[in-house]
Parts: sequence; C-alpha cells; structure tokens
Amino acid sequence: MNGQDALFEYLLRLGDNALILGHRLSEWCGHSPVLEEDLALSNVALDLIGQTQLWLNLAGEVEGKGRDADKLAYLRDARDFRNVLLVEQPNGDFAVTMARQFYFDAWHYLLLRELTGSKDARIAEIAAKSLKEVTYHLERSRDWVLRLGDGTEESHRRMQAAIDDLWMYTGELFESDDIDRAMVQEGLGPDLVTLHEPWLGLVRATAEEATLSLPQPGWAQKGGRRGIHSEHLGYILADLQFLQRAYPNATW
Amino acid sequence: MIDSLTRPDPDQIRGWLDAVPDPEVPAVSVMDLGIVRDVQWDGDELVVAITPTYSGCPATSVIAFEIEAALRTRGIERLRVERRLSPPWTTDWITPEGRRRLEAFGIAPPAESSGGPSPFDRFLRKPLAIACPRCKSVNTERVSEFGSTPCKAQYRCCDCLEPFDYFKCI
Repeated sequence: MNGQDALFEYLLRLGDNALILGHRLSEWCGHSPVLEEDLALSNVALDLIGQTQLWLNLAGEVEGKGRDADKLAYLRDARDFRNVLLVEQPNGDFAVTMARQFYFDAWHYLLLRELTGSKDARIAEIAAKSLKEVTYHLERSRDWVLRLGDGTEESHRRMQAAIDDLWMYTGELFESDDIDRAMVQEGLGPDLVTLHEPWLGLVRATAEEATLSLPQPGWAQKGGRRGIHSEHLGYILADLQFLQRAYPNATW
Repeated sequence: MIDSLTRPDPDQIRGWLDAVPDPEVPAVSVMDLGIVRDVQWDGDELVVAITPTYSGCPATSVIAFEIEAALRTRGIERLRVERRLSPPWTTDWITPEGRRRLEAFGIAPPAESSGGPSPFDRFLRKPLAIACPRCKSVNTERVSEFGSTPCKAQYRCCDCLEPFDYFKCI
C-alpha cells in the first residue's frame, strides 16, 4: 500500500466514525426523553455529519477518482466502511447512548487534539475546527455519565450496565495497524497507543465521581477499521442509503 | 462592466454586507458574527471568503446564497463566495455591536474569550454565571448544553423565570 492509499484509508476511518455515530444519534430525533435532549442529540449529530463532509471530501480528493463525500457515504457497502464497532452499536436506552458517546468523545477529543499538529495542513485544519465542537460533546456526555451514575438507583443500574456492555468495544480505539504506523511515520497522525493512558485517566476519574465501577481490561471486539462489522451496520446503511439506492443520483 | 475605476471599494462592500442578516439569528448581520473573513477584488471578479460557525451548520450555504443575492442587487455581477475553514471561527470575532444586538434580541452573548480553560480544567470548576438578557440577573441555570442551534445553549433565569438562549464560546 502506498502513502496515498494509506492516507485515503485513514481519512475514511475518521469520516466513517463521524458519519455512523452521527446517524445513530439522529435516530433519537423525535424520540428523546425530553425536548432539550432531543435538540442536543440532534445538534451533536449535526456537528458529526458536518465533520463527515470535511473528512470524506478530503478522502475523495486524496483518492483522486472523482468521489466526493456524498458518493462515499451513500454508495459504499458495509465491507468498505472503516468505522470502529463502538459507533455502530444500537442506541439502547438513554444510558447506553450516553455511555457510548462518552467513550467515543473522550477518545475523539484526544485524537483531534493530536491531529491539529498534523503535517498535512488539510488534516490540521479540519481537526482544529472539529475539536471546538467535540469539546462540547465531551463536556455534555461526561456530565450525563455523572448524573445518571450518581443519580437514582435505577439510573445508576442502567448506566453501570451500559458502561459494562460497551467496554469490549473500547479496545479497538487504541489498536494500531500498518495504516496508523504509516501516518505516524509521515507525521500525519498520532500513535493511537499513546492516547490510551490519558483516555483511561479521564474515564476512570469520571467513573469514580459517578460512583460507577469500570470493568477490568479484557478481550476486545475488533474489526470495524478493516471493514469487518457487526450485523448492525447493514441495517444502518439500509436506512442511511435508501434514497440514493432507490433513486440513483437524486439531488435536492 | 466593472473596471478598476468604477468597482466599489471593499470597505463599501463590507457596509452593504452589514445589511445581510444571519438566517438563523436575524437580529445580527453576517458582518456582526465575523463570518465574512475577506472581501477583495481579483481583477474584475469580487471574492468574498466566509467561514462556517460550526462544521455542520446548515445556514452556511444559505449565507453564501444571500451574500451573492445582496451583492448582485448592488450591480456586482462577477463574484465568487469561497468557504474558508482556517483559522476556525471563534465567538471572539463577534463585534461589540453584534454582542449588543444579540442581547437586545434575547440571546446572552458569549461570556468569555475562546482562549479560556481547556475542557479538562473546565470540568473542575462551576459553570460561568450567565446574565439573563431580560432582567440582567446572574441567578440563572443551564438547562442544556445545546439549544435551538449548535451555537447556543439553553438557560433559564431563576429570578424572572424567563428561558433564554446563550451563545456558547468556541
């Protein structure tokens, strides 16, 4: 794999994480526990879809085959998606959605902070823009983990269950493969392994304050970054891509 | 035909753009918000650079359209609206006049500079006291980190009981 191919794959990972999580959050629109949360979840989704456009347009530019963000989002099949498994997990109850968000936001924040120093100015620019938005996402999802963890008996039970159930999907966030190593070598992106300690520190401190216990490090479910997904992604794409598949080239 | 002798001065054009309202917060103009980053002539073509407030802000394309429409009614035929991502937009670019107009409209303007504490420090302190745009009381509470648009949070005044939007610092 040459440098351009590796960069294309890397950008797909960044874009697909934002796209799939953004889509998952948009599923809450009109269904949230209260109006304020409906607005908040939709706004976070909107930020992520905006970031998706930036990453996937750049990916298409790097690939050089005339594909833009829309073509990449709407016309690839599950096997070609590069998002981590965490973001495609179903919304579950509100605790599951917020635990998933917190695990992701903490990692996303740390990653973007490093990417603002990328040698590729295009990556650094998108990261600087996204970082401002993700800072608010992290503040909010962390707040919900605290409020539900250190809340009622039932909210505590639900948040603890969410923290436990999603834990096995967090290992993949820090997995480093040939593509990541190529990015580190070129000075384009950070070594993901180095994000693990600060991430764990933030997650641990938050869990403690929320009276939650973190699972022991253990077996991690992996594969999304190489296109091996859980069954959930197919259903997401059936929904997300329906219009383009049913009415090819439709625009509005 | 616009040539170098008859083409309007960029400062004059900025003045025209001050009459173009933001589509989501019409109380302020695109100039007040600091969305217009640059206005200059490239030969006989006018180039206006704008920056999105938030990356997913649906208003950005509407803003580009409205800027174009406003300038065409002023007789500028050759023009290009460019999208500029860097440096990323910050609430520090909202003008003093823009802050005043926001408050008069019922939206509390950003309370601090975007160069403030990083989120890790921010977690450790109490949220800032935001003054109610209606009665000016600082006895207010945050209802949600996000409001009717990504750039705003929802607050409530505990004295006059009015709910209001707060323009977040980024």
